[in-house]
Amino acid sequence: MDETVASPLDARTQAELAATLLAIDPIGFGGAVVRAPRADIAESWLAMVRSLLVEGTPIARLPISIPDDRLLGGLDLAMTLATGRPVVERGLLARTDGGVLILPCAERASDALIARLTSVLDTQRTAPRGPFAGEPTPARVAIIALDEGDGVDERTAAALTDRLAFHLTLSHEVSPDGALFTPTDLRVARASFPKVTISEARITTLVTVSLAFGIDSLRAVSFAVRVARGAAALDGRRTVRDDDCQVAAALVLGPRATRLPAPSEASAEPEPPPPPSDPADAESERDERPSPEELQALEDLMIQAMQATLPIGLTIEAPSQGPRQGGSAGRSGDDRAGGLRGRQVGTRRGDPRGGGRLDLLETLRAAAPWQRLRPPITGHEGRVLVRVRPDDFRIRRLIEPAGTTAIFVVDASGSAALHRMAEAKGAVELLLAEAYSRRDEVGLIAFRGNVAEVLLPPTRAIAAAKRALAALPGGGGTPLASAIDRARELAVQARRTGNDTVVVFLTDARANIARDGSPGRPQAEADALASASALRVLGGTTVLIDTSPRPSEMAQRMAEVMGARYVALPRTDAQGIHAAVAAAMPRASA
Amino acid sequence: MRIPFPFSAIVGQDEMKRAILLTAVDPTIGGVLILGHRGTAKSTAVRALPALLPPMSVVDGCRYGCDPKSPASRLCADCQTRMNAGAKLRAHKAPVPVVDLPLGATEDRVVGALDLERALTRGEKAYEPGLLARANRGYLYVDEINLLEDHLVDLLLDVAATGENVVEREGISVRHPARFVLVGSGNPEEGDLRPQLLDRFGLSVEVTTTTDLDQRVEVIKRRDACDRDPEGFAAQWAEADAEARRHVERARKKVDTLPVPDAVLRTAAQLCAAVGTDGVRGELALLRGARALAAYDGARQVTAQHLRVIAPSALRHRLRRNVLDDVGSTTRVTRAVTDLLSD
Repeated sequence: MDETVASPLDARTQAELAATLLAIDPIGFGGAVVRAPRADIAESWLAMVRSLLVEGTPIARLPISIPDDRLLGGLDLAMTLATGRPVVERGLLARTDGGVLILPCAERASDALIARLTSVLDTQRTAPRGPFAGEPTPARVAIIALDEGDGVDERTAAALTDRLAFHLTLSHEVSPDGALFTPTDLRVARASFPKVTISEARITTLVTVSLAFGIDSLRAVSFAVRVARGAAALDGRRTVRDDDCQVAAALVLGPRATRLPAPSEASAEPEPPPPPSDPADAESERDERPSPEELQALEDLMIQAMQATLPIGLTIEAPSQGPRQGGSAGRSGDDRAGGLRGRQVGTRRGDPRGGGRLDLLETLRAAAPWQRLRPPITGHEGRVLVRVRPDDFRIRRLIEPAGTTAIFVVDASGSAALHRMAEAKGAVELLLAEAYSRRDEVGLIAFRGNVAEVLLPPTRAIAAAKRALAALPGGGGTPLASAIDRARELAVQARRTGNDTVVVFLTDARANIARDGSPGRPQAEADALASASALRVLGGTTVLIDTSPRPSEMAQRMAEVMGARYVALPRTDAQGIHAAVAAAMPRASA
Repeated sequence: MRIPFPFSAIVGQDEMKRAILLTAVDPTIGGVLILGHRGTAKSTAVRALPALLPPMSVVDGCRYGCDPKSPASRLCADCQTRMNAGAKLRAHKAPVPVVDLPLGATEDRVVGALDLERALTRGEKAYEPGLLARANRGYLYVDEINLLEDHLVDLLLDVAATGENVVEREGISVRHPARFVLVGSGNPEEGDLRPQLLDRFGLSVEVTTTTDLDQRVEVIKRRDACDRDPEGFAAQWAEADAEARRHVERARKKVDTLPVPDAVLRTAAQLCAAVGTDGVRGELALLRGARALAAYDGARQVTAQHLRVIAPSALRHRLRRNVLDDVGSTTRVTRAVTDLLSD
């Protein structure tokens, strides 16, 4: 390790450093989340990690659809039936103890899988299913999550990524012939890593920087300390230096930043930490007490190092993270379609170990005709057993009562804002509160100026919805067509998860911005009507609340075209709007 | 397997630590709900409990971890049978169970189900206990409880309240003791719990990441020390943990007999009326919490001061709230406490 590291890290060096550090102590670092536009790019990085790991380290892929008994271990049904005695198989987690698990398509992993993985990262052990499986077994693993999602809507669950030290974004392949370190460097580093120490002053600086960049999680800082120690170990040192902290800032803190520090930062910093007044720790004889200026200098170095890895689109003092995108119910591939709960509507062939519920009667019924054909099995104490084979298993098909996703499309254009913006907001708030107690999901789209914007993808987090609404500014044109399109997209997504949809428009329907963003009433109205009829094709409940001072013809026509219930509210308040919409909702009484 | 981070070494988060310790003193307080952002030591605190709490005495071979000293009515069917047959229940010491209930767990896994292995290989109808059986006399921890299906949360709270798991399915008819403290944690930004469920937690705690520089540095220093030398770190905090354990043990002996003066009862009722909680759950949690706190502190009786300390945890999640109201529930409770108890 030399000047390559001291200067701000380029993308290649970051990727290689992360791979090397991870290879020193995969379990200690928890793992990595790797975001790459193409699978082969992520694979090239994985190949590098593989080449650096201690030989013989178990590496396994973990498909996100893995059933519990394969992941955690459990009864091997096929073998059990074939042999007539219980055969327990170990789960993937236990089999990969001491190694690395690769999780492709991590952004689509279900909450259930994420919960199991975070628990195994925390406790480093796994409990197989069933009483016969015995004690929990050790499962010390690192997880490399490959995130192929595009855009901000698809991200690996924060609960998992918070527990993984490295967050990498790769845009190019890395060549596997990593050149920064020799195998000897790694060997030495592995041995000395636990003994590397870091001064309190440097910890303080890492904490300060993390606060300035809006990183709340203390796990992040903890990982930063670890990475700094790892970098020092790679350089063959026993104490952490400033350049190690730079590495830590770039690799750990940068990608986690949620905001940029407030500008006049030199003065706005929290007071510099008190110089360590206690008798110097044994380890710090080399750091003579750093002056505030020196600390400031280190901070600047770290901030500089972070530039390369900051997420795109950070704003100064932006609010902290909103609700998780694609949260519990919104993610495709979630349990909903599988129907693990709800009302039974029949049975189907399947493996009850995958989480389905066995329908015993149907299973026996399926096995019955074959009893004479199948070779007899003598079980425990010489009893003759019913011969059941995995093919016979019938599991219950369950239908979950569908939820409702309410999408509010609020006209925030100049014309609407003049009239009823306040009432509209009030009504939406009331509806939100109600949707909340019914556990409906609520999304919010606002349109003004040239475009419609999804302020809030469907969520159950009322606080987030309310914030989005309060921050809604008014004024500008009326891009109605674009708003209807956005609403339709959200509705399609919600349908995919099995939810009913209710789309509520609050607008005066005075469209004057065409779909392509250009002004002009005739084109804008034509576009809006086209979008409206597309929405009608989708079906579902739609309500259009006319917010213009007197019922407008355009709004009525729009409602007709989109198949919406038209509610004219020339002179009413939030309560009135609320009552009108509540009446139109499909399950307002639920 | 990872050596857990010692409970006493957790920096700050006093309200959370207190709530958890008080349920160790008196599990009838009910569940604890911990709301806050990631990386605020929620999981750490819960996972530290087995090492912190006094080990319990467990009947040998009992699948539900029965207490040999408990009255027959509170034993599981197996132990009752053994006792009625005149056998002496032998016991061993075991750490207090802390059982994780992961999201997406099926109802079968939680309440238990037909033991497939025995059904298939021996032709026997047997019951395979679920997570609730393992959590008996200990803690059931649900991370991200706000994302758990409502019907499961409901079920958990029901069982926790009655202390018994009743299973009627697939021809199995079993009931077994399941007395546990439900600890749920979650980040409210990612979805809220249904108000009806909120009310059923005994205590609730809001944790925030501290922005105090010194505290954060201390957290990181301890974490670093623990990472480098887990055994040494645990040894360093063993005495502090032992101290807390002694407090819990002493408090357990006293808590049932600790007097609650009428004046304190009145104040508790006034407090609940002032903040407008529905039903008596709030008052019960307030009183039990205050009594456990008094016992933990070694006080001779419950005082208004104990109420004052415990009121935010016991009441803040029960306020009938306008979900869109910005005034935090905590503020409303503290305001009421100040109004009532200032003089």
